[in-house]
Amino acid sequence: MAKSHKPVVWFPFAAGGTVIAFCIPVIVVLTFLAALGHVPAGLSYEKMHAFAASGLGKLIIFGVVSLSLWSSAHRLRCTCYDFGLRADTLAATILYVAAITGSLAAAVFLLRI
Amino acid sequence: MSRNPLVREVPPTSWFFRHPRYMRYMAREITCIFIGAYCVLLVVGLQRLAAGPAAWEGFLLGLRSADSIVFHLLALVAAFYHAATWFNATQKAMPLQIGEDFVPGNLISGAHYAVWVVLSLVVLFLAGVF
Repeated sequence: MAKSHKPVVWFPFAAGGTVIAFCIPVIVVLTFLAALGHVPAGLSYEKMHAFAASGLGKLIIFGVVSLSLWSSAHRLRCTCYDFGLRADTLAATILYVAAITGSLAAAVFLLRI
Repeated sequence: MSRNPLVREVPPTSWFFRHPRYMRYMAREITCIFIGAYCVLLVVGLQRLAAGPAAWEGFLLGLRSADSIVFHLLALVAAFYHAATWFNATQKAMPLQIGEDFVPGNLISGAHYAVWVVLSLVVLFLAGVF
């Protein structure tokens, strides 16, 4: 059977697509409320800090952010191609590096909390 | 005898205007731009949270601009469109067979919608929205 690196790209893409579908809409609703001036009680510094300070909270936040970033990067790569940008290797490199950088940054910030 | 290969000309930048199905595909594709941008906002938020209470309050205040509200509306539409199309696709992506019969596709998608609604309500409740 031919070996391929595709599963490595594809698995977090599919997992990220699922995470985005289940989690991102409600998270957008929460920050949208904050944008409208009705900050939900759970978004106060104490609550958010306590959540991000717990091991489970760190795991949930890192999982949601990193998988969503990866999935978006992969889909943006396909979107670039579909809009006629044929420099796929370049687009893939830039977008995947950006997604990995964002995930690492999220991990560093979480470990500081 | 030489045969000319069939070359079907496909305009690389405007092919999706040819059929409504392609347009819906592209509409779904561009939702990732807003979701990706929103993920970057989440990473910035984490940085602000790690920087202390004043930085976090500043981040929340920074969200209260007209640009931010417009961006949130676009991200909201993108996120819901992604979710709906993703759940609609589940019945094609993972058909479920029990014995001889396949579980009806709408049941598979419906179950995803139900879990989504419950999960979203739980998150809203935990965040103190109601």
